[in-house]
Amino acid sequence: MILQSTSLPLFVVLPLAGAFLVSIAGKKIKAFPDLMGSLTTFCVLVLSLVAVRTVNVSGVLVSSIGAWKPPIGIAMVLDGLTAFMLVTVNLVAFAIAVFAIDYMEKFTSKWKFYTLFLLMLAGMNGVVISGDIFNMFVFLEIASVASYALVAFGTERQELEAAFKYAVMSTVGSLFILLAIVFLYSYTSSLNMADIAGVLLEKGTGNIVLMISVLFIMGFGLKAALVPFHAWLPDAHPSAPAPISAMLSGVLIKSLGVYALVRIFFSIIGLTPEISSILMSLGVLSMVIGVCLAIGQWDFKRLLAYHSISQIGYVVLGIGLGTPLGILGGLFHLLNHSLFKSLLFLNSGAVEYSTGTRDLKKMGGLAKRMPFTSGTCLTASMSIAGIPPFNGFWSKLIIILAAVQAGRYGFAFWAVLASLLTLASFMKVMKYAFFGQLRERWSQIKEVPMLMRLSMAFLALLCVLGGLLCLPQFNQIFLEQAANVLSEGTEYASIILQRISQ
Amino acid sequence: MSKEHEQGMSLIVKTITRLTVGLILLYGIYIVSHGHVSPGGGFAGGVIIALSFVHLMLAYGKEVALSKLPKQASSFFESMGAIMFLAIALLGFTGGYFFLNFLSKGEPFKLFSAGVIPLYNIAISLKVGAGLFAIFVALVLLKFESEKK
Repeated sequence: MILQSTSLPLFVVLPLAGAFLVSIAGKKIKAFPDLMGSLTTFCVLVLSLVAVRTVNVSGVLVSSIGAWKPPIGIAMVLDGLTAFMLVTVNLVAFAIAVFAIDYMEKFTSKWKFYTLFLLMLAGMNGVVISGDIFNMFVFLEIASVASYALVAFGTERQELEAAFKYAVMSTVGSLFILLAIVFLYSYTSSLNMADIAGVLLEKGTGNIVLMISVLFIMGFGLKAALVPFHAWLPDAHPSAPAPISAMLSGVLIKSLGVYALVRIFFSIIGLTPEISSILMSLGVLSMVIGVCLAIGQWDFKRLLAYHSISQIGYVVLGIGLGTPLGILGGLFHLLNHSLFKSLLFLNSGAVEYSTGTRDLKKMGGLAKRMPFTSGTCLTASMSIAGIPPFNGFWSKLIIILAAVQAGRYGFAFWAVLASLLTLASFMKVMKYAFFGQLRERWSQIKEVPMLMRLSMAFLALLCVLGGLLCLPQFNQIFLEQAANVLSEGTEYASIILQRISQ
Repeated sequence: MSKEHEQGMSLIVKTITRLTVGLILLYGIYIVSHGHVSPGGGFAGGVIIALSFVHLMLAYGKEVALSKLPKQASSFFESMGAIMFLAIALLGFTGGYFFLNFLSKGEPFKLFSAGVIPLYNIAISLKVGAGLFAIFVALVLLKFESEKK
């Protein structure tokens, strides 16, 4: 089974339809939101796996919306990188939708949660699949606005404050992005990404493109929470309900931030040595500062949020190297991070579900009462720290090797150091939360319900098996395809334009 | 303070409102239905439709306005507008493309022309009108609760 080019809009349509159906019928029929949430995310996951196969069989697909031919009409583009991102986003979304069935019971109006969740998913899929730069901005806003509401979902004082801060910072980011798009449009007279890239190749890059690059780095840097722009993330991500924290840290900052950043700088503007060094420096800064800030945290979720900043640093460092190996490592780490970070956030949610606290100092010995949560948390901790058989090790290894290969010994050193500090910080989590003496007050708590365990097990299994993607058979059909899109750089224009004219 | 809100404003305002509210609603519907041939469209018309209910609420108090358009109804219409828009877009797949204008385009500048564009306008006006009214109601109810405290 392979996808036709006309069926590409389904990636946006299915979650969007799910969202509004839930908002109509979810209030009356109790089980409907749960069912709809899991079913929709499952369908989109299957579609995105089919999309990977499609890219291998029939190459790049371009779908024109409303039969208006691009570059005048809106285009949706499916290439290797898009298929890779779709799988990442929808895999995590499916696991989270299953987890949320039991977890969200303690909140009122669960249907509102599912509506916003599916809207956010529609936005993220849209950002990834859109081939039109303004359309990408619109989807980016859909996902962002849904996430503001989701961060404030608990409506406590602290959550509202975090959501407000997040909304302000993120809107400033959107403003920079919009301004950059306006300048780009005035310079190239086109909004289609491939067409813009073609015009830029023809006209050459002047000072205005420099300005556009700076605006894009600020805008998407804010969305991706790279270090000078990271201040909102440690407040926003812990305040959301655990499934949403997992979604925000796991995939939102990647599809809205990293994906959009690399798509624009690699495929449209073209990677210059200066941009490459800026990206790498930002990556290393986030990597080191993120982990240093993380190590002193006692709030479980806040600690995880700081680690997100640090791990995004690895992704940006790897991709910013610009060598094929570096890009491969960066993308691989992007996938791995979305798996283990969402698992860790789900673990923190499971602990909070059973004990009602997020403070590491108050926990202790939970492994005795919650063996399952503790086991999956250990898996994820080992993955994020980069212990050999788990997936995190392989991607970090590739990034460090790529840095050494490119002659960037300093960056390789910082990457190793940050990895060691990550290990130390997760040693602390495991020791204080799960190992050691069981406290008196936790002697009666129970392990979390079946569906929550199931979704954690699913992600833990993927963390263990993730390293297999390095094997040539899998690598060729999945990661290589994505990395090739970025390695080809501004060839993107001619590939897509050729597809359109067919 | 709260009691005054529930009963609405003075007799003069109420009488004028009774005379104008229908016209405002009608004007909103006109803007929506002529969206494809004249300035305006689903969004602008939806806002005007919502304003007619807001007008009612300001003059007569929230009880009267909410009996005309209950909260559940506005939330239902809001989602319905979105679903309708999506459904029309999906119907384009009958011609092979998402968002395809599959109806006959008719003669330009006639009321029944432009294929599916008027239908999109109606869907948008439902979404925007109900959504805007729901936001206004939410703000009003929030104010009453903070006054009670």
